[in-house]
Amino acid sequence: MGQLLARLRGLRRYPSMAAGIVIIMLFIAMSIYAVIAIPYSQAISLWRGGPGQWEVIPKNASPVWFDVFTSDSLSRTLVIGFGSGVRTDEPIGDGMKRVEIALPFRYDYDGFPTELNLFTRTTSVTRATVLWHTPDGRTLTLQEDRSLRMGDQTYYISQDGELRDRLAGMPPHQGLFADPEDRDRPLKGEYRLVVQSELAAGDELDAQLVVYGEIYGTAGTDHRRRDLMVALLWGAPIGLMFGVLAAIGAQVSTFVLAGISTWLGGKLDRAFQWITQVNIILPVLPILIMVGHFYSRSIWTMLGLIIALNVFSASMLTYRAMFLQLKEAPYIEASQAYGASNFRIIFRYLLPRIAPTLLPQFVLVIPSFVFLEATLAVLGLGDPSLPTWGKVMNDAYTQGSLYKGFYYWIAQPAALLMLMGIGFALVGYSLDRIFNPRLRTV
Amino acid sequence: MKSLFFRLGKYSLIRAVLLVLAVVIAVYLTVLIANMGGEMDNIRRAQIRYNVGMALGGDESIRRLPREQQLEIIDREVQRELERVGMNRPFIERSFRYLWVALSLDLGRAEYLSSDTGSRQVRTILLERLPSTLLLFATAEFILFFMGLFMALFLSRRYGSFLDKLTIALAPTSAAPGWFYGIFLILIFAALLGVLPWGGFAQPGLTPGTLAYNLSVLRHMVLPLSAIVIGALFASIYSWRTFFLIYSSEDYVELARAKGLSSQQVERRYILRPTLPPIITSFLLLIIGMWTGQIVLEMVFRWPGIGQLYFQAVSMSDTPVIIGVIVIYGYLLAATVFALDFVYAMVDPRVRVEAAGGGR
Repeated sequence: MGQLLARLRGLRRYPSMAAGIVIIMLFIAMSIYAVIAIPYSQAISLWRGGPGQWEVIPKNASPVWFDVFTSDSLSRTLVIGFGSGVRTDEPIGDGMKRVEIALPFRYDYDGFPTELNLFTRTTSVTRATVLWHTPDGRTLTLQEDRSLRMGDQTYYISQDGELRDRLAGMPPHQGLFADPEDRDRPLKGEYRLVVQSELAAGDELDAQLVVYGEIYGTAGTDHRRRDLMVALLWGAPIGLMFGVLAAIGAQVSTFVLAGISTWLGGKLDRAFQWITQVNIILPVLPILIMVGHFYSRSIWTMLGLIIALNVFSASMLTYRAMFLQLKEAPYIEASQAYGASNFRIIFRYLLPRIAPTLLPQFVLVIPSFVFLEATLAVLGLGDPSLPTWGKVMNDAYTQGSLYKGFYYWIAQPAALLMLMGIGFALVGYSLDRIFNPRLRTV
Repeated sequence: MKSLFFRLGKYSLIRAVLLVLAVVIAVYLTVLIANMGGEMDNIRRAQIRYNVGMALGGDESIRRLPREQQLEIIDREVQRELERVGMNRPFIERSFRYLWVALSLDLGRAEYLSSDTGSRQVRTILLERLPSTLLLFATAEFILFFMGLFMALFLSRRYGSFLDKLTIALAPTSAAPGWFYGIFLILIFAALLGVLPWGGFAQPGLTPGTLAYNLSVLRHMVLPLSAIVIGALFASIYSWRTFFLIYSSEDYVELARAKGLSSQQVERRYILRPTLPPIITSFLLLIIGMWTGQIVLEMVFRWPGIGQLYFQAVSMSDTPVIIGVIVIYGYLLAATVFALDFVYAMVDPRVRVEAAGGGR
């Protein structure tokens, strides 16, 4: 143990090791933050989405830090919420009232909004007229006597085809903001959307306007308006857990079994070699995909299967070669001479002796399992409920993010995966140089 | 010389038998996994039903009967056929039949997918996709092996130089698989620069066999090849360079140098030869890992190989094709192991002397 500590103390001479440890620490910190800031159940329900979850968030918005790199200021999301409008109620007799809700907002961006929605909420069936006032004093009627259902209803202004025709074919979220002098730029200034309706005196009407921006959040959003930050944060603990558990399960069991079989030799040793030879031929990923397809995509099933398929991996042969050499060592012979049991020899003398060589190998396989999880997710076989980096990449890929130019969507989870992989690899390679100055015979 | 060939032949034969056994066991395991959900049974039943329906559909006397009676006859025939092929036998017995069905790729008709020539036979679909996969993978492995080997040898000569340190520093990049770099390569060279195609096998509209077609295939191969090579190159160079360094510090190398042999001769005869066996072993393990990564790579580059086929089959739940692809992968892995075992036997004198001393 003291020897191990002394070796670890020598780490200061390995800057790449320090860099790797810093990266891993960052991911651990990120994981802890993720688990505390967005508890597990909340993360899952957020990622599943649903009514009321992500409605006021723009679709496919770039991260806000994009703004720093563009000369124009990109549009941000403006929510002129329920209750914040300027209301005027005016009784018109017969137990009726005329309600007018003005939703003013200031638009100061160089880019157009990406979408425009009006959410309304009434306590009775009614009709409403929606007007649009621009900063230069023009007024447009968006809807004349639009019928409103009781309860919540959404007017998707961007998808109003009739309005689009009136705006010379420009999508409403651009046409309504376009500067009449230069239609390629939005007109800056005070806009106002007005909802007018006639209601019974006891009834209520409220409206919320959402002007969706081009940028949102630190990580941007996806096609279902979900904030990618949820998945980017949660990808860290899931990736770490998966990689470390798979590495422990696969590598440690292989190591112990190799030690036992090599020491006992005979039929067991031969059988293990045989199983290993067959296991190497097994196409691991296709089998994982098949199981994911036929039975379960749960992350625990996959983890268990990966461990099971990796117990008799090629490392078995490597460890066997090492144990065979060690088997002949004089101290082992001595322990046999004083009558140590097989159990004692294997677990006290053989395994601990080679364990340090396991350490670099152990650290180096972690990223390969992290990437395996991502690979499965990219293939559409990720755990159905968990937000992971691989699943974000899968969404981005299937939604054609590269073709559409949403590079951030695929680049962010990819960069995080890469960073995690490099972190472990840096540590692994440094450990390799510390513990195995000479070649491990293959 | 004769005995050398004999030994090599004997060694290869034993390895081949072992590998065939391994493939059989691997496919049997696949059959067991696939059958846990009764999928194989469903394939067989559907196939029998289809065959019976086709056979009876051609019969005029049955076609004239009312619909209910037709179905009744078909059901009876299907039942008889099921008994004939042994679907009512215990599972263990049937599982061996399935094993043969899977091994011979006689999986019948695909449920949804079809080959480019319009065939629905699983075997035709698989064999049509195989060449493009082999083309890409073999080229990539060839480049990877020789590039890695020469760079490792080169760097072992310049131990501690800037280039050497740079390569070591780049080794961690191999933590990511090839498809991962593929995404970045597409992003840079197709999306941003627009100099290379996004994916696919060749530009549509060209006639296969013409020079323009072949050049187009080459152009389409640049990015996937680079992705595979980048994903594995630096770690390979790192570990192979270590092998070279260790073997070049052996006493007999010093002796050869002392004898005044040119450094080229020393390298070829005394360093490269003993280092090749461990390098081949490590390359074998690398390739085995990379075979399956090919699925995602082909998907990312829309390369029309069996990996992409597998992805399509999974997304369409086309079970016969899924099982067929797994069997093909089993064969490919075994073939890879066999080929490299053979090369190993050629370069490792111990194998020739011992002649199949078992294991590696």
